[in-house]
Amino acid sequence: MKRIYFLLGFLLLILLLLPVFVSDYILGVFVLIFFYAYLGQCWNVLTGYAGPISLGHSLYVGIGAYISTKLAMDFGLSPWIGMWIGALGATLIGLAVGFLGFRFGLKGIYFVLLTIAFAEIGRLIALHLKPLGHMMGLFIDFKPGWVNFHFKGNLPYYYIGLGYVVFSLIVVRAIEASKWGRYFVALREDEDAAESIGINAFKYKMIAIGISSFLAALGGTFYANYIFYLHPTSVMSMWVSIEIIMRPIIGGLGTPFGPLIGSLLLTPLSEIARSYFTKAGLEGIHVVIYGFLLVAAVLFFPGGIFSYIKKILKPLLGSSKEI
Amino acid sequence: MDLSYVLQLTISGFLMGGVYSLIALGLSLIFGVMKVINFAHGAMLVWGMYFSYTILKVTGLDPFFSFFVSAAGLFVMGYVIQRTVVNRIMPFHEAMQVIAMVGTMMVLENLAQLIWGPDPQSPQTKYSLSTLWLGKVMIDLPRLFAFLIAILIAALVFVFLKYTDLGKSIRASADNRTGALLVGTDVNKVYAVCFGVGAACVGAAGSLLVPLIPISPHTGFPFKLTSFCIVILGGMGSLPGAMIGGLIIGVAESLGTIFIPSSLKQVISFSIMILILLLRPQGLFGGKG
Amino acid sequence: MPLLELKGVNKSFGGLKAVSQVSMNLEEGEILGIIGPNGAGKTTLFNTITGFLKVDSGEVRFDGDNIVDLKPHQICQRGMVRTFQLVKPFLQMTVLENVVVAALNRTKSIKEAREKALQTIEFVGLKEKKNTLASGLTLGHRKRLELARTLATEPKLLLLDEVMAGLNPTEVDELIRLLREVNQRRITILLIEHVMRGLMALSKRVVVLNYGEKIAEGVPGEIVKDRQVIEAYLGEEFAGAQG
Repeated sequence: MKRIYFLLGFLLLILLLLPVFVSDYILGVFVLIFFYAYLGQCWNVLTGYAGPISLGHSLYVGIGAYISTKLAMDFGLSPWIGMWIGALGATLIGLAVGFLGFRFGLKGIYFVLLTIAFAEIGRLIALHLKPLGHMMGLFIDFKPGWVNFHFKGNLPYYYIGLGYVVFSLIVVRAIEASKWGRYFVALREDEDAAESIGINAFKYKMIAIGISSFLAALGGTFYANYIFYLHPTSVMSMWVSIEIIMRPIIGGLGTPFGPLIGSLLLTPLSEIARSYFTKAGLEGIHVVIYGFLLVAAVLFFPGGIFSYIKKILKPLLGSSKEI
Repeated sequence: MDLSYVLQLTISGFLMGGVYSLIALGLSLIFGVMKVINFAHGAMLVWGMYFSYTILKVTGLDPFFSFFVSAAGLFVMGYVIQRTVVNRIMPFHEAMQVIAMVGTMMVLENLAQLIWGPDPQSPQTKYSLSTLWLGKVMIDLPRLFAFLIAILIAALVFVFLKYTDLGKSIRASADNRTGALLVGTDVNKVYAVCFGVGAACVGAAGSLLVPLIPISPHTGFPFKLTSFCIVILGGMGSLPGAMIGGLIIGVAESLGTIFIPSSLKQVISFSIMILILLLRPQGLFGGKG
Repeated sequence: MPLLELKGVNKSFGGLKAVSQVSMNLEEGEILGIIGPNGAGKTTLFNTITGFLKVDSGEVRFDGDNIVDLKPHQICQRGMVRTFQLVKPFLQMTVLENVVVAALNRTKSIKEAREKALQTIEFVGLKEKKNTLASGLTLGHRKRLELARTLATEPKLLLLDEVMAGLNPTEVDELIRLLREVNQRRITILLIEHVMRGLMALSKRVVVLNYGEKIAEGVPGEIVKDRQVIEAYLGEEFAGAQG
């Protein structure tokens, strides 16, 4: 118990000092690692803990990105404030999707398709809205400064991204330790049994999707102010949703460190493969390799990598079952 | 509004719907038997397209004749994918299944890009722009051919499922997995053949689309999403449902362009899917939900 | 006033009447057994009483209130809890966590819930297994876990759906002892049971269902002699009761 916190503190210290030792390019890779670990964690709250599988989380990322960006561009509102308004907007939509799905009792693959349908409708509509730049997308003027969330170089994004990850870990640990977290897992494991012992399945699944969409939208603001360009196809497509869910699944579904571990493994892999093979003029082959690895990961680590790491670390950490 | 315009859109959507039906038939067959959603369905469509495209380029043979090559090629591909991936992920959590199938899709789609390049191709056939006039209504000949062949292939699939031993085992395992297990069929073979047949359907559909739309490695994606909508509309695992659902979605998307830009037409399919999910999740032709 | 009162409860699936005009009363502190051949509608009756299925018509009164429109979790909060014929433990949770979740039904404090859960686990005799994942338990232990989970919600009325099925004779005896103790704690019990020895040992009154209808009601000793009942059962179940 104590030892795990010591280990985590040590890891955090390394991550805090890392920028001193590595290049800006490596920092950029870490920004992506943090970004996807964070979004994976948001998704993990809903799917990993409470159970309903969403393949439409790009919708919430997109809503968060667009709302905070439009507020900044048209009203001069700092993204640091706008991000919370965007998150509320995404929560409303998330709750609407959840209401329909849970009230009408959609389970498994049927709920997946409902989330895909909503995300795709959202993307197509965004693609046709003039204020969002129509088909051209939305270019964000670079105005460096803390208030504007715009920075030169990767260093500030590195620390903000790390902050996002730490924040999401704290949120998830707090949920795990609370009544909500236990109710989520009970619902995931067996909804009928959970109902029979007094758990309001509808209410707690709504809470889960509410938290999940709220947090995902905060990630959207980060994306907008890191990339400086928003297009529905790049921020709201099903590909984004797939990227979001890959890391926690590979790392370990329903575990607090699964999304981060998954991202530490997959993100550099995808980045290195991309730059290496694109230089070699073989565009596409990195995705082929990436795809193979995903299939292999599912076939050989169906419980996620985290459970294996836990086994390896066990002697080091004593009999801690608290991870 | 001009009535002949409406009629025009209806017919054109209906003809496209026939190809949709064939795509959805493959998806529904696979889901009905294995309860796995084939996220690689769109990528398989693309492979079907490129097979016929290559044959057209090399030998000049028309896609409307080479579809059976695509079907055969995709059957083998489907069979192998079932044996190596799908068969192993069937007992897994649905999220794991999705990831494995998405991984498969990435491999197939980007292999296609490596082989045939990223740029869209629009091969010309002799009759590409030929039309047939019925009064004031114009009918695209390539669409009409695609429709007729799609329906013919679907009919062959139904005959296969109804009258051959293997087909009967596939239907049996769709109705009741354990039941089929009990009568001693080689379930693994049945599953693999079933996945192969599903892939062959979508492969043939790919060939039929060659004269109609530009081919690129990522063309399959919207078709895959549309076929999800069709399968939900018709009922997951229901084969007649896939056929009729395809025609309905084809007409609905086509008629929808009266009111909204055609780049938004998929909103119609998704809205139909949402309504069906909420009000009749077993679909129009599904048994129990 | 009876604790549980059914008045003309009906439930059909398609054309099939699974439960037909069933009325019965259950007094506080009582143990009532429900028997009947397979497909007699026993589990369906449980599902309708506990809100998992909606009744077509009729009343289910618990503590005086009609509860037919309530959801299962609301019914649990009022003090009626059921077990499942096919046990449903939360497989990826430890035994302790399984019961803690249930104990949270009556308290907001995790600490209190833990204490309550530990007591309950000890009561059902799973203390040594408290940190085992539920997926690693035998059927007998899973059934005890499910019992512990229901008890931790502090019910007034416990509905047990074949808790003794699949257990060996020693386990059945232990469970009988356990349920007697539960009953002494003023918890009323309604049980569906095929294990006649358990049923006879526990219930003071028995209701017999056949084809969804109540065909007999009385003390166990008389019921087994009832002609209709013997006809309904003719064979395995009754022979089991004799042996």
